[in-house]
Amino acid sequence: MSLNTPTDKVCLWTLDHDQPASLATYTANGGYEALRKILAEKTPAEQIIEQVKISALRGRGGAGFPTGLKWSFMPRSFPGDKYIVCNTDEGEPGTFKDRDILIYNPHQLIEGMLIAGYTLGARAGYNYIHGEIFEQYQSWERALQEAREAGFLGKDILGSGWDFDLHAHHGYGAYICGEETALLESLEGKKGQPRFKPPFPASFGLYGKPTTINNTETLTSIPWIMRHGGQAFLELGKPNNGGSKIFSISGHVNKPGNYEIPLGTPFSALLEMAGGVRNGHKLKAVIPGGSSAPVLPADVMMDCTLDFDSIAKAGSMLGSGAVIVMDETVCMVKALERLSYFYFEESCGQCTPCREGTGWMYRIVNRIEHGKGRPEDLDELVRIGNNIGGRTICALGDAAVGPVVSFVKHFRQEFEYHIENKRCMVGG
Amino acid sequence: MPIIEIDGQQLEVAPGATVMDAAHQAGIAIPHFCYHKKLSIAANCRMCLVEVEKAPKPLPACATPVTDGMKVKTHSPKAVEAQKGVMEFLLINHPLDCPICDQGGECTLQDLAVGYGASASHYGEAKRVVKEKDLGPLIATDMTRCIHCSRCVRFGQEVAGLMELGMAHRGEHTEVMPFLEAQVTHELSGNVIELCPVGALTSKPFRFAARSWELSRRKSVSPHDGLGANVQVHVKNGKVFRVVPQENEAVNECWIADRDRYSYEALDSAERLTQPMVKEDGQWRAIGWQDALERVAAKLAALREAKGADAIGGLASAHQTVEELYLFAKVLRGLGSEHIDHRLAQAGATVGQGARWLGMPIEAIGTLDRVLLVGSTLRHEQPLVARRVRQAVKHGGQLNVVHAADDNLLCRVNGKLIARPAAWVNALAQIAKAMNAEAGDVQVSDAARGIAESLLSGERKAVLLGALAQNHPDADRIHALAQAIAQASGATLGFLSVAADSVGAQLAGVLPGPNGLNASAMLAKPRAAYVLMGVEPELDAYDSAAARAALKAAEFKVALTAFKSAALEDCDVLLPIAPFTETGGAYVNMEGRLQAFHGAVKPHGEARPAWKVLRVLGNLLSLGGFDYDSVESVRADALPQGQANIAEHLDNAIAGVALGDLGDPSATEAISRLGETPIYGLDPLTRRAPALQATAGVDGAVAANAAMLARLGLEAGASVRVRQGDASAVLSLHRDDRMADGVVRVAAGTALGARLGAITLERA
Repeated sequence: MSLNTPTDKVCLWTLDHDQPASLATYTANGGYEALRKILAEKTPAEQIIEQVKISALRGRGGAGFPTGLKWSFMPRSFPGDKYIVCNTDEGEPGTFKDRDILIYNPHQLIEGMLIAGYTLGARAGYNYIHGEIFEQYQSWERALQEAREAGFLGKDILGSGWDFDLHAHHGYGAYICGEETALLESLEGKKGQPRFKPPFPASFGLYGKPTTINNTETLTSIPWIMRHGGQAFLELGKPNNGGSKIFSISGHVNKPGNYEIPLGTPFSALLEMAGGVRNGHKLKAVIPGGSSAPVLPADVMMDCTLDFDSIAKAGSMLGSGAVIVMDETVCMVKALERLSYFYFEESCGQCTPCREGTGWMYRIVNRIEHGKGRPEDLDELVRIGNNIGGRTICALGDAAVGPVVSFVKHFRQEFEYHIENKRCMVGG
Repeated sequence: MPIIEIDGQQLEVAPGATVMDAAHQAGIAIPHFCYHKKLSIAANCRMCLVEVEKAPKPLPACATPVTDGMKVKTHSPKAVEAQKGVMEFLLINHPLDCPICDQGGECTLQDLAVGYGASASHYGEAKRVVKEKDLGPLIATDMTRCIHCSRCVRFGQEVAGLMELGMAHRGEHTEVMPFLEAQVTHELSGNVIELCPVGALTSKPFRFAARSWELSRRKSVSPHDGLGANVQVHVKNGKVFRVVPQENEAVNECWIADRDRYSYEALDSAERLTQPMVKEDGQWRAIGWQDALERVAAKLAALREAKGADAIGGLASAHQTVEELYLFAKVLRGLGSEHIDHRLAQAGATVGQGARWLGMPIEAIGTLDRVLLVGSTLRHEQPLVARRVRQAVKHGGQLNVVHAADDNLLCRVNGKLIARPAAWVNALAQIAKAMNAEAGDVQVSDAARGIAESLLSGERKAVLLGALAQNHPDADRIHALAQAIAQASGATLGFLSVAADSVGAQLAGVLPGPNGLNASAMLAKPRAAYVLMGVEPELDAYDSAAARAALKAAEFKVALTAFKSAALEDCDVLLPIAPFTETGGAYVNMEGRLQAFHGAVKPHGEARPAWKVLRVLGNLLSLGGFDYDSVESVRADALPQGQANIAEHLDNAIAGVALGDLGDPSATEAISRLGETPIYGLDPLTRRAPALQATAGVDGAVAANAAMLARLGLEAGASVRVRQGDASAVLSLHRDDRMADGVVRVAAGTALGARLGAITLERA
């Protein structure tokens, strides 16, 4: 495969090649052509944004916000510095797609950031890489070096007179730094804590300058869109859900891993690709979009297609495309205990409901799991969740509540059994 | 202007205002913790969540900008539900130890919990416990009570200019703490006590002393620096328990300096003088007021008879009220003496046509575009003016400095000339010359040119003369050059009045008359008799050694003082007077603002308000015109139209100063002393406040830069003997590379010579 033909492998097509990450592989297969064309023709920014809008590319980091619209918020004519920032702070449990892009196709991300920088009037870009993935950080630095040596980065790129450079920033592993404004704080050298919005990063971002922050996969999709047009990308997926997307499927399947498939593919097809549920067990539940997405019972999930709208309609979210599969052997109380511990541990502590509430929820779930639950605990969990949801500075509060409320909603019986019998309903 | 509806009330609000601002405007209270009008918006406590029509979620009032047509409900069921939800979270890990908490009774959390808290907690788990922090002698901590509003952290970053507290860790484990077990040292640090909405940060000296509801609150004015910070004195059973800020936007905003806050401890010092004392045969003996005053009157009258009025000198502190100072001058002038002064720390500046003052309102400092600060150790001299200057710099103003030490002013400094005090005249002449002002023959350096360029740009500008510039042996030339610079650049020339009543003292006539000697001259040419009020001459004087010698040599010394003092040991009579909390009166601050206050408690022991003492003394001396029956009647004589005509008597102009030889700044080999008044050595009160004296940085040390140490062959930490003339002292030597070459910092109050004179150092 290559970038020259519009296949549904938008980001991970280099896997067909011996040296997937190398500049040679990338350029031999149509890499940097989109950039070359834009710089040569001096394509107006409006045209680029228009194509991104047509593509119906939606943010791949979790929120699914239309990328073209986000780009249009950027005050491109603002004099002075502007920034493009790539969010590779991939910390959501279940998500492991962006790291594969850095390992297998870093140059397409570089090209995507170059095009974004050119479009948004930025002179510099940063890639904020999660603190717990080091190999990927090195791979990215290698690619930057290659690109710089080949004249794709730095001064007077491809003789166009346009200067742009990219830098890597290796985080320290805090989940909260995946929140875009916490990421900016961290990038500025401060403690990673979300900022209150407004103002939004498009007007007051990195170092107080207009900044656009996109997910790794989002930016990596840009060269494909510029090569083949927004319409072709849109047609890969379905209306309002353009393109292919990488799904990181994990849990109780035979072949966990990353699968890049068109948006709108039925979940059942993905499950089949992943070799089905392990050991012939029955599917019990699926978290369709990373740990903060509400859990869906098997029957609901089996009716869903994998796109933003379908999953939202079913009461969850596509999120980052991290599909966590649970079979019938899973104790939902134990699973929730693990999830709620994560949010308790990762709360930044800045605002009250999340700082105090995540610990409270975790302690109650932990209590139930350890046979000390009380009959009123389930209502209490939902009540606490409702007191956190929608009342915090950033979305971590909602993310912490999602699993708790959905687990209790869909598997209430199992929790009640646990409270009453002080042991799991499954697995004896 | 957007029109919004808040709780059914139509309201026109300023563009860019927040819902919180609109609520204030409408007189609606929205519960909050992290929001503070003087700090940036954090929106982290979430207590101010309100319902906004069309918004799917409740929004924080403090951070939500109003938009035209917005409909806000601050007390709707939805809003109250959100507020109660937040309150529940705030309380689950709060210890609820109100009965043993110093904040009890004045705690925002306690107050709001009455309205928004539940009567019983759903939370049955173990509560969080947080380790105490040692923030130094001023601030006590109970960090378990902290609700993480971050006000104290933002105060450090935004108001103090020095981040000494930060939020470490995350989530439930978030803690406010100082850096690396460091303490909090900033001169405004105590303000975090009022900012803290709970009992996490409280006053250490006040700890467990009284309950807030037992205390009566009396408005007063801080007696320390020339700002005249408004304070509340909190009293119980005739005793002052603490001092807290009284908000006055035009003067101190809602802040006070640590010395304003903690100096009250000295009021109960063991050194308080509680009855008149006379010295007989070298022994102090208590006597009655009548005897004491008759003795003083008789002695002064006899001395005048024998040696003439010229033999009598009067030195008064500008920390006394304007009424006291007025009567002081009246007694001295009644005796026929014109040797009257309050400027003990000055080497000898000329008396002007009017009182030296700031030249503009205090509030205007924060909006200056350009500042030239001459000879001011600003953070120590004027902690709250320093805050206003930082504010100006934050808003894009440029600060330029002429000083002998490149001290950290906690803001960006645009241009600086750091040189020995003797070179300041030359430095100012360079700046003036770079502006094409008449300034004599000097080589203009790049640094001076940069400062000149800065001052020539911008709109609102000031040239401010600090205490060191005023105390300088060359004060008149410095003043004249500063005036030339101000004129050439269109800046206001201002004096940073050192004491609470520096302007008042000038208005009250506590200045040498036409043939009178100023303070330094009076001590250099000793008088036979000295009348002292509120001063400790060897600590206050420009030349300690001279002051000490003069007092020793004099035949008769009477001191009106609130304290027994080693510096007054040579006196013959000590008359106990009431400090500011025990007497009524007024101060005139640096902007010419007359601020009157009443006594908060009764005078200690036999102490009397100084105006009453002077009234009786005037009558005993049969001077006439001393029949005052109230402090107000004294004020009516001192300032006949009160505030109304003070402005007419303010004047910073200086004329007829010959610039003469402007000197070569690099010429001399001699080492200069930089002798500043210590921040907690400003007046008798601060000198006796134990908590202030216990703060870091209050020590007798010598500081010099590395090059100086190398040249002298001394190393940091060594014991050195510093010598000025016959006076010497042994001090420890510190390295401070911010010092100009050829300068050593030795604070005033050390028993040495001239504050800005030549000094020698040798290994002790």
